[in-house]
Amino acid sequence: MVAAINDALDVALARDPDVHIFGEDVGVMGGVFRATDGLQAKYGAERVFDTPLAEAGIVGMGIGMGLAGLKPVAEIQFAGFLYPALDQILSHLGRFRHRTRSRYHLPMVIRAPYGGGVHTPEQHADSPEAILAHTPGVKVVIPSTPADARGLLLAAIADPDPVFFFEAIKLYRSVKEEVPTDYVTVPLGQARHVTRGDDVTVVCYGGMVEVATRAAEAARQAGIGVEVIDLRTLVPMDTDTVLESVQKTGRVVVVTEAPRTGGFHSEISATIAEEAIEFLRAPIVRVTGYDAPYPPFTAIEDVYRPSAVRVARAVRKVMAY
Amino acid sequence: MTISSDSLPQAGLSPEGAAASEAAYDAGQAAGLFQILAPDGEVVRPDLMPDTGTQLRLYRQMRRARHFDERGWVLYRQGRLGVFPPFGGMEASQVGTAAALSADDWLFPTYRDTGAALTLGLPIARTLAYWRTSPHGWAMPENLKVLPFYIPIATQYPQAVGAALAEKRKGTRNVAMAYIGDGGSSEGDFHEALNFAGALNAPCVFILQNNGWAISVPTRSQTRATDLSRRAEGYGLPGVRVDGNDVLATWHVTAQAVERARNGEGPTLIETVTYRVKPHTVADDPSRYRTEEEGAPWREKDPVTRLRAHLLRTGVLNEEGEAALLAEVAAEFEEALREADTYPDPAPAEILDHVFAEPTPQLRRQREELLAEVEA
Repeated sequence: MVAAINDALDVALARDPDVHIFGEDVGVMGGVFRATDGLQAKYGAERVFDTPLAEAGIVGMGIGMGLAGLKPVAEIQFAGFLYPALDQILSHLGRFRHRTRSRYHLPMVIRAPYGGGVHTPEQHADSPEAILAHTPGVKVVIPSTPADARGLLLAAIADPDPVFFFEAIKLYRSVKEEVPTDYVTVPLGQARHVTRGDDVTVVCYGGMVEVATRAAEAARQAGIGVEVIDLRTLVPMDTDTVLESVQKTGRVVVVTEAPRTGGFHSEISATIAEEAIEFLRAPIVRVTGYDAPYPPFTAIEDVYRPSAVRVARAVRKVMAY
Repeated sequence: MTISSDSLPQAGLSPEGAAASEAAYDAGQAAGLFQILAPDGEVVRPDLMPDTGTQLRLYRQMRRARHFDERGWVLYRQGRLGVFPPFGGMEASQVGTAAALSADDWLFPTYRDTGAALTLGLPIARTLAYWRTSPHGWAMPENLKVLPFYIPIATQYPQAVGAALAEKRKGTRNVAMAYIGDGGSSEGDFHEALNFAGALNAPCVFILQNNGWAISVPTRSQTRATDLSRRAEGYGLPGVRVDGNDVLATWHVTAQAVERARNGEGPTLIETVTYRVKPHTVADDPSRYRTEEEGAPWREKDPVTRLRAHLLRTGVLNEEGEAALLAEVAAEFEEALREADTYPDPAPAEILDHVFAEPTPQLRRQREELLAEVEA
């Protein structure tokens, strides 16, 4: 997947001279995960450049670049490092169009690796997507396949509004597939069916898609048809696809690796409860991380992060209700 | 070996520390201020006097700013402004700096910089609408790159670096100028921006208006530093300290900094030393935290009367000419106020506009909900 992201950035830089990529270590080093590998050599240090080590500065500067007509694409080394920049994001990035009545808009993309499963140190595995999804005026995209990552990133860069693009660290090098070689975008706001099934709907995104898909396979062998829906974008969310599936299955499991309370899974659950409660045959079950900081200790990380086993258990639970 | 805690510097907020810091602060305030006109209007640096056209232009802008400031109070009391942070007494700090820009440059003002925005050309009617908290005041004019007044402190500094960098990438000679107060220089964004601007050689001019107070907290409680312009040194930038009540001085140093930035010579930090004569906002009661006497010497340093004394003494302006100028400024304001009064109230559903270029399905749905709610 990281190669697909690198390719999307390459295509975007080649296509639009206003695209500028910047962040910590994105230049010579090519990013801590090599997502920007080779781009500075190809496009020069004016368009792909290293910044001082300061996230508020990176996002704030990007806002200024966007105001002045460039297409800033910032990399934050880990989504858990976004917090120093939250003032810039909440106070400005999300509301600049609104507070200037569209006189200015911010076509900025902020890429950040997120999520667990690869035994990172403290603060490297956070899933802060709900904070951003709760911020008016910003879009949130979380791909789960190389082709989606490429197509969604190109769409995000073309989008006139600010987009957070979270990349599951676990998927960077673990999933491979053929991707297009030309300019192909995947539109924001359209969910994807990963599997089809009539019994249970599993709604997930990013790093949890692979986990849910394994659980669906186990359920299929037990004779339960699971429909795995990869949301792809949280903002805007494709509620139609979710509701359509729920109307068919009547049973819902929502999966994320973020903490439980106030997470985006709660938004998904509430939307289903509001719009399709008459179709539900069982209470919605959430499979999530816990309301504790993500653990850095290898041995217990797998307890925190939802596994296929936990998802399969939730599927059995909604079936047995 | 251990270090006795007695030998360590005292924090500024302990009584002893505060007294020491206060003395150092007062000494620092007095020292090294760049000036062209003394408070009585006498010329200190005849070699740097701008031509009379520039003197008159700056005087007119200060009068426009002061008129807005004075009328702003009245309009607030009449319920015709939603809120207003006054800036009276700081006209030289705002007008002199903003007057050094061209219309193609960027201005990032804080909420207290109405005077700077007016000087760059923000129409009075729109400025009034902004302080009425009306959406008609939110969209800045297409022919100017002045941003809406920033409410969060210091956030505009890194953004100005980005705008400056973008101009540089596009090969223009345009610069970005951002304002902040002494309190704002405690924020992380201030320091990140100065560092970014230096590292990336962004054509930026940073104005730090040291007006003595961050709401109720005096600068000497805000920081142990007594010369905020010297913070620039830590980032490899030139820092300039200027009498913020001398409009010729603020204009001169800012014009130099702008020129340096245009020529690719990099960013500058300018500290304008001035005083917030008035309350923080119309809702503030400064008698809770400072005395009348404290402000008295500052009223003698009034920036408007300072230049006025010089203009009258040298005959660049006479009483008659000044009366005509004041009448013109007042008429311009009243005309703009009439225009602002014609702006209609926003429709309820407008609160959902301009969130994204295209509303999301969620926003479309919420608009329907809102309309149904309003009609119910």
